[in-house]
Amino acid sequence: MFWIKVKRIIRAGFFSFWRNGFISLSSILVMIVTLFVIGSVIFSSVVLKTTLDQLRDKVDINVYFITSAKEDDILAMKKNLEQLPEVLPPVEYVSREDELANFKKRHENDQFTLQALEELGENPLGATLNIKAKDPSNYESIARYIDSKTSEAVSNSIIDKVNYYQNKDAIDRLTKIINSANSLGLILTLFLVAISILITFNTIRLVIYMSRDEISVMRLVGASDRYIRGPFFVAGAIYGFLSAIVTLLIFYPVTLWLGGATANFFVGLNIFNYYTENFGEIFLIIVGSGVLIGSISSYLAVRKYLRV
Amino acid sequence: MIHFDDVSKTYPDDSTALEEVSFVIEPKEFVSIVGHSGAGKTTLLKMFLGEEKPTKGKIFYEGVDISTLNKKEMDLFRRKIGVVFQDFRLIPNKNVYENIAFAMEAAGRTDEEIEADVPHVLDLVDLGKKIWNFPNELSGGEKQRVSIARAIVNQPDVIIADEPTGNLDPLNTFDIVQILKKINDLGTTVILTTHNKGVIDSLKKRVITMENGRIIRDDQQGKYVI
Repeated sequence: MFWIKVKRIIRAGFFSFWRNGFISLSSILVMIVTLFVIGSVIFSSVVLKTTLDQLRDKVDINVYFITSAKEDDILAMKKNLEQLPEVLPPVEYVSREDELANFKKRHENDQFTLQALEELGENPLGATLNIKAKDPSNYESIARYIDSKTSEAVSNSIIDKVNYYQNKDAIDRLTKIINSANSLGLILTLFLVAISILITFNTIRLVIYMSRDEISVMRLVGASDRYIRGPFFVAGAIYGFLSAIVTLLIFYPVTLWLGGATANFFVGLNIFNYYTENFGEIFLIIVGSGVLIGSISSYLAVRKYLRV
Repeated sequence: MIHFDDVSKTYPDDSTALEEVSFVIEPKEFVSIVGHSGAGKTTLLKMFLGEEKPTKGKIFYEGVDISTLNKKEMDLFRRKIGVVFQDFRLIPNKNVYENIAFAMEAAGRTDEEIEADVPHVLDLVDLGKKIWNFPNELSGGEKQRVSIARAIVNQPDVIIADEPTGNLDPLNTFDIVQILKKINDLGTTVILTTHNKGVIDSLKKRVITMENGRIIRDDQQGKYVI
């Protein structure tokens, strides 16, 4: 009996979807808007995240060592640093020779500087460690840790200078921007999603309002609550599913069109590539939210008319 | 079978719909309830169907107080009662077959029973040819016959017909009354409310007359006297 009921409910859901053609169409259109908002939120958060990540990636602390520092000591320090919870391993080690090669390459068109270097006879450059933090707010504590190491052994310190304090302002400002961009994005997202869900919910309530006589008849022939709700639930899920498919189709040309622009503007991120590469995930999110919003709205909306 | 025991209904705004109504309906009876609009006929039926609860008094069906039924028992109870409305209340996006099949599905009948019984019951109300039509393709009289077919398809113990002829012309009215009489002859209790003097006078069955929420007459072979 259970399966017969399930079969009947699904069939009735399909029929009511098909025969209420115009109403179904308008609900689908409204849901497409909702799902489009949800999808755009996904894309914009990806764009925001990649941009911020790239900015964050450009920030680091450089520790410059004196020229007489022994490589073993520097590597020991590198190991210590990598064990700090705030530090994002690996810490990059640039030896004196590499540093010199880099310097020469940077100034290969500058004969004057190269000549001066030659006259010095020896390599004037010290080795460096480039440290990245897991979170921009951690730079301060890392810098303090390095400072404590320096003062610990003032007499035989191998550290020449730490460039954190020159960059402090820029790092602080960036930290603030990243944090506020994240929280603003979250608030905006929740707000947009909430509004569009409410609109969809209202549309579906209107659809079911038109069926209130039907529901009261079902009630009076002794149909159980679940049996009455079932077809509306199924029709709601169908609305959601079809809207999701249409939304995904719309995103194809839209991202294709925006792809080139975003790749130029936000260094290297082409949202069309992102869309095609992560299609599975986006498909699941959009179809899942469509079906959930459609079926839950219907389920809740019918409840009102079941109190006969 | 059906027993209204001193039933009153007062709404929150102090208007009284029913006042101390008591009567008994025996199995296989054909009872007409007559009265002006607002006399309390529809309220009475709604209370019997459990759509509204009495403020005072009790309603018994086969010895059971229906106010004590839970949701599930109420669904089962309603399946024993067929209802016919003045405005037909057919489901507009289902065809005739599906409208009737729906009542059987709700009662948990098998697909085989549905396929066998629906054409049969439509023949009974002489609508066999319109089985695949939708309600908006039917005349008023035809709609009401579908609605009767739906009410009787689960072989209920009681048929309630609330002003079934209110929207019909005299010829269709006569047809519908004949069908109700036939159903009653086959052994189903029928409760009919109506305004129609001609219907009551031609039936020559029991008539309960109501006024301002009270029963003022109850005649075994009644006539329409208001």
